[in-house]
Amino acid sequence: MSHPILDVAGLTVRYPGAAQPAVRGVSFQLGRERLGIVGESGSGKSTVGRALMRLLPGAEVSAERMRFEEVDLTAATERQMLKIRGARMSMILQDPKFSLNPIRRCGLQIEEAYRTHVRSSRAEARARALAMLEAVQIRDPERVYDLYPHEVSGGMGQRVMIAMMLLTDPDLVIADEPTSALDVTVRLQVLKILDDLVREKGIGLIMISHDLNLVRNFCDRVLIMYAGRVVETLAARDLDRAQHPYTRGLLAAQPRIGGKRAPLPVLQREAAWNEDREEMA
Amino acid sequence: MSGGTWSWQRVAGQGGSVFVTLFGLLILTFVIGRIMPVDPVRAIVGEDATREVYEAAYLRLGLDKPMWQQFLFYLRDVATLDFGTSIRTGQPVLDDVKRVLPATIELATFAIVFGAGVGVPLGVLAAVHKDRWPDHLIRVFSLMGHSMPIFWTGMIGLLVFYAGLGWVGGSGRMSQFYIGLVPERTNFLLIDSALAGQWDVFCSAINHILLPASLLGYSSSAYITRMTRSFMLDQLNQEYITTARVKGLSRRQTIWRHAFGNIRVQLVTIVALAYGALLEGAVLIETVFAWPGFGQYLTSNLLIGDMNAVMTCVLIVGLIFITLNLISDLLYRIFDPRTR
Repeated sequence: MSHPILDVAGLTVRYPGAAQPAVRGVSFQLGRERLGIVGESGSGKSTVGRALMRLLPGAEVSAERMRFEEVDLTAATERQMLKIRGARMSMILQDPKFSLNPIRRCGLQIEEAYRTHVRSSRAEARARALAMLEAVQIRDPERVYDLYPHEVSGGMGQRVMIAMMLLTDPDLVIADEPTSALDVTVRLQVLKILDDLVREKGIGLIMISHDLNLVRNFCDRVLIMYAGRVVETLAARDLDRAQHPYTRGLLAAQPRIGGKRAPLPVLQREAAWNEDREEMA
Repeated sequence: MSGGTWSWQRVAGQGGSVFVTLFGLLILTFVIGRIMPVDPVRAIVGEDATREVYEAAYLRLGLDKPMWQQFLFYLRDVATLDFGTSIRTGQPVLDDVKRVLPATIELATFAIVFGAGVGVPLGVLAAVHKDRWPDHLIRVFSLMGHSMPIFWTGMIGLLVFYAGLGWVGGSGRMSQFYIGLVPERTNFLLIDSALAGQWDVFCSAINHILLPASLLGYSSSAYITRMTRSFMLDQLNQEYITTARVKGLSRRQTIWRHAFGNIRVQLVTIVALAYGALLEGAVLIETVFAWPGFGQYLTSNLLIGDMNAVMTCVLIVGLIFITLNLISDLLYRIFDPRTR
């Protein structure tokens, strides 16, 4: 991997009052590629994303190394982070119903991402926002610009979100379950738009998801997380050749069209998966 | 989007609901007038009147007519703004109200400006610093405002700031010296004195209103602070707050531009209600400060069973709340696009 955008080693996050850390010793690197982080609810995958953005108020975050390009994220001040967030690193959240401010017009919310980082006139910001709406394949940008979030569909809302987060040409985008809240029919459409833009602009993408198939199709590499730790890392195309029993259990628990109609196997958890990796190896 | 904010249907619907509420209110005041254990005839003719005098007054009031007819008479009286005469003051109730209500509106308006002006920022501050020392401090401050009886803070306030420090005027709306000097136009002392160009009276009035208004404001700011805090905490946990932070907005920008915008609707409601409560119920502070206001007027009339005045006052309180509700409804539409 030449010149990683992101280099993380030993990332540990502990929420106040929690018995166990939510994330334990996670390490990975990211180049100009698409990395999937897969795991069940509570496995710590979203926490990793937020720790990278340094948006975990109250939580205790530590890491041996957490570099984003030339910036040391473990030592960056809040002031530096304000310049990074939204400009060089941004995040697409899950459900546009909740992640868009209900009382502001979509267009203004998109614009705000630009105006926060670039000194510009309202007209210029507006033009940028409109162009971006067009880039996410919204047919009538002028109209959508003036709509409030409750007036757009989920798929359109998520495209607004994508527009907002890619407007500033970031180097890294973290997509936290970007399509989980969407209808199955628009899911692929939205992913395709995101994928096209990410490739076109050469953005590093971290796709956080619980959907193995989605990650298999849209990512180059996959991290499998379980109970706050990365249990396995492998290329997306090699997913079927996974070694770890948890990954294999997950794969086995997926129904297949045309497959046997027998009950799907239930994942049998082993206490050993919770132990530290060194001990397991 | 369609239909716009001010479509005719909406206006008609709003008007209809106001009309129904108003009608209900009139029934209520009418019933109050009938079920109170006060004989309206005795109240007018006095205890020693002869039977003939009593009978005559009885007929004049229309008390021999069936109930629904009496109600219609009442409606007619209200429509023509004829609220009868107050037994206690011997003047038409309407004149009394015109005198006392502005005094209270003046006081309550100053109080709510103070209460909201202090309460809202404190509530936001407390929410932002939840469970840290600013939050605890603010909660103690607002709890004190809640728990100290207003007549007590009123007296202590007078002792300290008037008798002790001499920073503010004492009781009444202005210094004794100026009473009767200002031509009465609106009965709002501040407006009247300003209109007449009597700035010394104006200053005296400001001087007198500051203490009672800030004490009243303090007690309602206690409530406003607590509500603002909980509204704000609600919003700060929302996902769009994270979005704003992800975009690179600072905490402060996120709080004021995004979260605060979303609590305006709720704030309008509670501030309007607090204002209504101040208008009807500032009796204690009005008594302590000898403020010739509405609360005092209503209470003294209630105590001696001056029914014409009481019915009118209840009607006015109802009207105040209907109006405040109407205003907050309109503000909802402005502040929240989802209600349009």
